Amino acid sequence: MMEEVNEATPALSVSGPTIKVTEVQKDGDTLTFLVVSQKVSGTGEYHVDRTYSDFEWLQYHLVCQEDVHGMQGIIFPPLPLKAQNNASTKVLNRLGFLGLGEWQPYCKALEIFLQQVAAHSTLSKNQAVEIFLTSPDPPGRQKVKRNIFSRLSHAVEEKRKEGHKDIDEYFQTERDHNILITGCTKTAAEKFLDLVLTEQKIAVACGHFSTALHLCVEPGEDPDKQAFTKACVKLSEVFDSLKKNMTSVAENDMNTIGLGLDLDSRYQEAEKEMLFRRTCKLVELEHARKNAEKAKPAKKAALEEVKNAAEEGFDQISEVAKMEIKHFQGVRVELFRQALVEWCEKQLITAKEGADQFNQHLQAFREMA
Amino acid sequence: MADTAQDPPPQPADSNELKDGENLLPKPAATQESEPASLQAQDISTNSNGPKQDALFNDDPEDLFAEATEEVSLDSPERDVLLSDGPSPAITPITPPISVITPRLGHTHDDMFTHSSFDEIEEEEGGDSVDMHISVSDPEKVGDGMNAYMAYKVTTKTSMSIFKSNEFAVKRRFSDFLGLHSKLASKYLHVGYIVPPAPEKSIVGMTKVKVGKEDQSSNDFVEKRRSALERYLMRTVKHPILLKDPDVLQFLESSELPRAVSTQALSSAGLLRMVNKAADAVNKMTIKMNESDAWFEEKQQHFENLDVQLRKLHVSVESLVCHRKELSVNTAQFAKSAAMLGNSEDHTALSRALSQLAEVEEKIDQLHQDQANADFHLFSELLGDYVRLITAVKGVFDHRMKTWQKWQDTQLLLQKKREAEAKLQNTNKPDKLQQAKDEIKELEGKVQQGERDFEQISKTIRKEVSRFEKERVKDFKTIIIKYLESLVQTQQQLIKYWEAFLPEAKAIS
Repeated sequence: MMEEVNEATPALSVSGPTIKVTEVQKDGDTLTFLVVSQKVSGTGEYHVDRTYSDFEWLQYHLVCQEDVHGMQGIIFPPLPLKAQNNASTKVLNRLGFLGLGEWQPYCKALEIFLQQVAAHSTLSKNQAVEIFLTSPDPPGRQKVKRNIFSRLSHAVEEKRKEGHKDIDEYFQTERDHNILITGCTKTAAEKFLDLVLTEQKIAVACGHFSTALHLCVEPGEDPDKQAFTKACVKLSEVFDSLKKNMTSVAENDMNTIGLGLDLDSRYQEAEKEMLFRRTCKLVELEHARKNAEKAKPAKKAALEEVKNAAEEGFDQISEVAKMEIKHFQGVRVELFRQALVEWCEKQLITAKEGADQFNQHLQAFREMA
Repeated sequence: MADTAQDPPPQPADSNELKDGENLLPKPAATQESEPASLQAQDISTNSNGPKQDALFNDDPEDLFAEATEEVSLDSPERDVLLSDGPSPAITPITPPISVITPRLGHTHDDMFTHSSFDEIEEEEGGDSVDMHISVSDPEKVGDGMNAYMAYKVTTKTSMSIFKSNEFAVKRRFSDFLGLHSKLASKYLHVGYIVPPAPEKSIVGMTKVKVGKEDQSSNDFVEKRRSALERYLMRTVKHPILLKDPDVLQFLESSELPRAVSTQALSSAGLLRMVNKAADAVNKMTIKMNESDAWFEEKQQHFENLDVQLRKLHVSVESLVCHRKELSVNTAQFAKSAAMLGNSEDHTALSRALSQLAEVEEKIDQLHQDQANADFHLFSELLGDYVRLITAVKGVFDHRMKTWQKWQDTQLLLQKKREAEAKLQNTNKPDKLQQAKDEIKELEGKVQQGERDFEQISKTIRKEVSRFEKERVKDFKTIIIKYLESLVQTQQQLIKYWEAFLPEAKAIS
């Protein structure tokens, strides 16, 4: 059921940072996510089931919000691409990190999306957010138009506007920088993904080796045979440990830096979208100015009005955009910091566990010999 | 030792030939039963079971010297296909081990045990604590173009007195090693000794080196080969009998070595070898041996199984090594991209953290490479070595079958001759009759020799297998411990890196 979006909305009753996507249930092809959040009043929690369509519904409402000044200057927190259970290889490839690890990173990405929305001063006021987080009924299971961003993102023929020179140095610099960073981040994310996939392959290979060693068990009471069998069994345990260690390393990588790079990458895309919208508005403005100048007296007044509206709109966008960019940079740095710290801490724990385990095995072997 | 109760192979007294109770012509060589002390005209073969054998010999060298002049089988037993070329410095004829000891008679090496029994030597040496260490090092390219080769320095450190000094080094090339193996194989394989196989040739690998390709894969190839050569020599000298072989000693000590020619990859000798090997394989299939010794049957099965398992393990490890190398490449690439990201980043602290992330990843890359090397050198090569060793073991079992076959064939021939002689009895041809009797006498000698050979090879194989199994366990355990040590070290290194990075990550604000 499509809710009406009100103008004067109260603040969100849910505390943004407490939002968690705790579980995912697989039902055929559909994934259902459990979203848990704490009430601001501290008196309880909300538990709601949401599917991807519900998230899309939410985003649609955020994006289509009509009456906020300089709306198009907002950097919208990015929603991950749609995920399906039993997804095809193509879909999984497009999801990158989010397609790995039994949907753990994916849940985290959704969680961060919601948290960012709830933390956004403008977006959080949208009634759709409240409904999404608190309503026991799923807000919108009807299929939302695929191209909800069609008004906001650039169509193919508008791509050439992307390079349009800016009138504001601040923004020109920001646009250039964005392109540079976006490229670097994408590359880093791809390389890191390769790395994680190889770590997983190693874990699997260790498992195979461990199994093959078990097959070397030789029956018989011959002391040499028994000694060899014992050695093989113990070695297979070592490789089991190795497998666990590698799996853990890969998981840590995936859930922290992997997710972080993926998030950063999508956030930068969102900034790019915003900057593009502003550029399009700039082009529109320059058109309007030209038209107004060249206008014949009869049409002049009307075109002047158009020009003024365009100017006002553009200024609003630029104003909002400047704030958004600052906020965005802050968010980026914070997300990165969290990712790096968490990564380091987790890998440290895994390495210490690994060292312990291998040491134990080593002692056992030395005693055997 | 695997001396479980077995039925010994049929003793001459029960031999099939005597079904009708016919009296055997007096045998020149003495009895099969063990007799302590008296060693004059007796050779070493008795029943194939070990314990009795021990009682036969005492430690008195003199008697053993006497034995060494005893009948040495004049037919060279069937040569192994591995043709040994070039003059061997030893006067060694290609025969069972007795004769190996002969040339050393003139030397004043007093712990040169001129004893053909394995037992004594093992006990004297304390089994497997051979005080010898060989290293192969300093690969050096000699010459240019397609005639170039790699020369390796072979350094021996030992306190054994059969050597002229305690530490010495020589330069050898790959074909020298192959030549050594070829000689040892032709001397010892067919009497049941497990001669460690030499590392494999690689035309592709060597060509790259010759052509002067100075890249990582050539270096890897040379290092792989160097390591394999070292392991080969160590395995060879760990064998108490092979250690004392004059060819081995010459290989380790003398500065000039005659060039081993027929090891060239595509030489005609090489082709001949291939053909012989094929013929061999066919023959093997057609020998149906009457295995009366369950120990051998069980062992053969055991080695078949082991072969299969080790090959599987080898494949597994290769896959692991491959992935580790891939990981190293990926890590290096990620480090680069992280560095680029760090450079593009405006925010100072974030930029610095990303650059350090790149550095950490580079260090980790190095760790991965080291780990891949450990996986490879420790496990993969070990498994490869053992797969080849088992081939040698199987070869030795095959030789036993061939020895048996030869013995049986001689017996059949003897029987035919006897039948012919019986026929001749009724005719009046005294010359022919005498000739027949002479032939029979000769054949009887050969039959006995055949049986002795068979029993000898069976006995030798039992000992060899026992030694092999012990070595195998030791080898694996040693490698595993080394590997575990490398794992622990890697983890500890990682811990250091993470601990260093953590404050940097936390400092981002």
